[in-house]
Amino acid sequence: MTAATGIGARVLRTEDKRFLTGNGRYVDDLPLARATYAYFLRSPHAHAKIKSIDISAAAKMPGVVNIFTGKDLVDAKVGGLICGWVVKDKHGQPHKAPAHPVMAVDTVRYVGDTVAMVVANTYDEAKDAAESIKVDYEVKPANVDPGRALDKGAVEVHPEAPGNLVYDWEIGVKADVDAAFAKAAHVTKLDLINNRLIPNAMEPRAAAADYDKGTGQYTLWSTSQNPHVLRLILSAFVLGIPEHKLRVIAPDVGGGFGSKIFCYADETMVCWAASRVGRPIKWTAERSESFQTDCHGRDHVTHAELAMDKDGKFLALKVDTIANMGAYLSTFSTAVPTYLYATLLAGQYTTPLIYANVKAVFTHTAPVDAYRGAGRPEATFVIESIVSKAAAEMKMDPAELRRKNFIPSTAFPYQTPVALQYDSGNYPPIIDEAIKIADYKGFEARRAEAKSRGKLRGIGFSSYIEACGLAPSQVIGQLGGGVGQWEAAQIKFNPTGNVQIMTGSHSHGQSHETTFAQIVSDKLGVPMEQIEIVHGDTATTPFGMGTYGSRSLAVGGSAIMKAADKIIAKGKKIAAHLMEASVADVVFENGTFKVAGTDKNVPLAQVVFAAYVPHNYPLAEVEPGMDENAFYDPANFVYPAGTQICEVEIDPDTGEVEIVNFTAVDDFGNIINPMVVEGQVHGGIVQGIGQALLEAAVYDKATGQLISGSYMDYTMPRADDVPSFKLGYKVTPCPHNPLGVKGCGEAGAIASPAAVMNAVHNALAPIGVKHVEMPATPLNVWQSIQGAQRQAAE
Amino acid sequence: MYDFAYHRPKSVADAVGLLKGKPEARAMSGGMTLIPTLKQRLARPSDVVDLGGVKELAGIKVEGNNVVVGGMTRHADVATSAEVKAAIPALAHLAGHIGDPQVRNRGTIGGSVANNDPAADYPGAVVGLNATVTTNTRKIAADDFFKGLFETALADGELITSISFPKAEKAAYMKFPNPASRYAMVGVFVAKTAGGVRVAVTGAGPCVFRVKAMEDALAKNFSSAAIKDIKIPADGLNSDIHGSAEYRAHLVGVMARRAVDAANK
Repeated sequence: MTAATGIGARVLRTEDKRFLTGNGRYVDDLPLARATYAYFLRSPHAHAKIKSIDISAAAKMPGVVNIFTGKDLVDAKVGGLICGWVVKDKHGQPHKAPAHPVMAVDTVRYVGDTVAMVVANTYDEAKDAAESIKVDYEVKPANVDPGRALDKGAVEVHPEAPGNLVYDWEIGVKADVDAAFAKAAHVTKLDLINNRLIPNAMEPRAAAADYDKGTGQYTLWSTSQNPHVLRLILSAFVLGIPEHKLRVIAPDVGGGFGSKIFCYADETMVCWAASRVGRPIKWTAERSESFQTDCHGRDHVTHAELAMDKDGKFLALKVDTIANMGAYLSTFSTAVPTYLYATLLAGQYTTPLIYANVKAVFTHTAPVDAYRGAGRPEATFVIESIVSKAAAEMKMDPAELRRKNFIPSTAFPYQTPVALQYDSGNYPPIIDEAIKIADYKGFEARRAEAKSRGKLRGIGFSSYIEACGLAPSQVIGQLGGGVGQWEAAQIKFNPTGNVQIMTGSHSHGQSHETTFAQIVSDKLGVPMEQIEIVHGDTATTPFGMGTYGSRSLAVGGSAIMKAADKIIAKGKKIAAHLMEASVADVVFENGTFKVAGTDKNVPLAQVVFAAYVPHNYPLAEVEPGMDENAFYDPANFVYPAGTQICEVEIDPDTGEVEIVNFTAVDDFGNIINPMVVEGQVHGGIVQGIGQALLEAAVYDKATGQLISGSYMDYTMPRADDVPSFKLGYKVTPCPHNPLGVKGCGEAGAIASPAAVMNAVHNALAPIGVKHVEMPATPLNVWQSIQGAQRQAAE
Repeated sequence: MYDFAYHRPKSVADAVGLLKGKPEARAMSGGMTLIPTLKQRLARPSDVVDLGGVKELAGIKVEGNNVVVGGMTRHADVATSAEVKAAIPALAHLAGHIGDPQVRNRGTIGGSVANNDPAADYPGAVVGLNATVTTNTRKIAADDFFKGLFETALADGELITSISFPKAEKAAYMKFPNPASRYAMVGVFVAKTAGGVRVAVTGAGPCVFRVKAMEDALAKNFSSAAIKDIKIPADGLNSDIHGSAEYRAHLVGVMARRAVDAANK
């Protein structure tokens, strides 16, 4: 094996050459002859009845090809958009599932809800015509605050969901938890809001579609993280196009963070209308449309209580959460605040009893669904915030309190009280390493030095666990998920010895073209430049579930390993024939088949050639060709874990928070490419810092307008908002997948909000500030300081 | 954006001629505000008169006690000008902290001042240094130029040709940026000049304004201690999700003190 490109090597990214030289090919780049362009007219109101839509003037505008409204879809019997995960409430009843029309029919339910589609010869003509569509709205009051959505008298979003309740769900036994609380020596209580976020992938969502009248074949190009799943949803539930007559291609995609998992109205309409228009249709979201209509993330209101004995041993945890679903249930929305959230509430700790109650609610806001971490950042924020608060209340060192409650390394596999069984882990060495890297011992001296400069310095810990690598299909099925969660791979050698790997995973920033090739290079001894990773096209790749939930390496990579095993097994038979040896005596090492104990050998390339030119070949026992498929369904989730330590300095005069030190030590199991992992960790931490300090999706409570609807008001993290990160690793290989890998895509974003906010609280505690909500903007911090000073004066 | 007629004159006279009699025509200098406004279809001018080809409008010269900056001079040129850095370093510093490198290499002083965005930086310097705005027809004193939210003394079709900044004995600009847009949420320009002390505040209110109480205190004692107890009333200040009026009022004090300290360095 070539050590420079195998597993563990810092191989430069193969895909960067085309991205950095402007040769990436995104949906919007697609040249389509005779293309038309779509513009979607969207609701300017958060809640209104549509009394009428008059398209007559618009239809006569220059260049207009066609205009569609919700009524056209009703007439054509197009299905609604679906939520693919049925969550049963605490009485065993399925969640409320009001219809989600692709385009609004009689009611709009959030600013940005789709009202009409204009197709014209140019985009500007479509936009001009849309201005001439006369929609008569009867504007109604809106409810945008999840904390008030369940209030008596709150405006209802759907009559099918009385009181705006989607489900009232629970996990754990409340009576047992209450009994433990009754015996507790100390109870820490915490109210918090997990702020709503807007994903902001660099490439906005886009779609293009073409319909072949001759064959009845639709081709849809979409910025999708999972083209096969999108095809399945459109075929089976929404448009009724047979799966084999719909090809979905997700070419180069510029980031997703979850927001491109889902099936939206836009690509549905572009695909559906392509056959009606008779010409290809292209659509690319403008940035303001992305703000309004990409699924948002987080948006929880939570009350949590932690019971401890006198020594700080955790006895029980109870959590009440209201989770905002927005106006409609997006593709996987219902699972996020339940199975991806409450099942994580044990964290890294032995807390024996946990009860969580989650009420999902409708509001007149954009749909909320999975966003980098999806439930697990929310869980980590609850646990790690309350643990740090408990340490402060009990006057214990926050690292010590964590250590005291860590699951010991001898306890794995560890069954938590909230359904998950952690497969592996060893947490104490992680926090020890983080403490060492962060120079925790020197903190008080740094705090004193900062004080001499008028700055308040604080330090915060966050020890996270996550369950990713989704997931054992049978478990997903038992929990109400509508799909399997395996992954597939095909390894196809060409006669000349180079190889194409077809994967059901999709890379939109994750570097699969590099890391998946490294796996194959390592396993089969093929040089990197002879390996091509093919992904993103339902016509050329095996059915796969796509990329989200830090699953591509653990599940998709494992499928590649299984396919590679089949290649080796078949190769052994051919090699045995060529070397006139028994198959049992053939071994495969560094790309060469050898007869053990002899100098007989035959390289893989020669075996491949023999397979395609089977002149001297065991045709009676082995088929020609070298092309193997594998499906991999994981035995369990994977459980990355780690500890982050954040150090901040706060300017009490302005409320500004500066992150001055940031350490992250992770256990991702085995690492394929450390450089790629560092990139993922850096990006994840920055997104978490964005949530903690900068980002907030703000709807006007009176009008339901999205106030933070552009970069003038929505604060994205910039390079100068973050420090240089100090990273470290500890490795406990995953015991149940062939690569021993966990997952690194979401970890940074899962852990860092708590690390930052614990540091902020630690910095502000000496001046009496009890609680600051995210994002800890200068205004927010200053107001918290003012509040504490007022309280002190009273 | 909607269609419009595009013109690129070579002289001020031609530009003025093109704007004359067209109430819906708009002059464009750097286009840093106009282009996004057009793209969002928030403006529908009949004509756009691009001043980018008017060479006579760009450039920096020192005339006696004044630094004269042509209306079409880019922020980056002011920021890096040896003359500006030597004569009024605070002005170069201010220009060097407007927007990002792309904005600084496109945006112009004349465009910024004529637009009078409440969160723009340059109005702070124009008022803080008691500059004179020269147009194709007249000279306008700083205190008479800025009239209110996006409002100036400029008449229809009147173009800023240059702005003349008197040198200051001491001056500094301190900005607290809006976390999202990085426009000035509060920017305070403090100058000690032969004509007295000036404290000009941008970002905090609907239009740049002076703080007389601070000016009087600093005239007696040009130190941050002299203004530490001066409170700015929040009434009438801007308020949004990034900063309440009270917070902006508080920041005016903080930024003013820091500006005085910086000017004294």
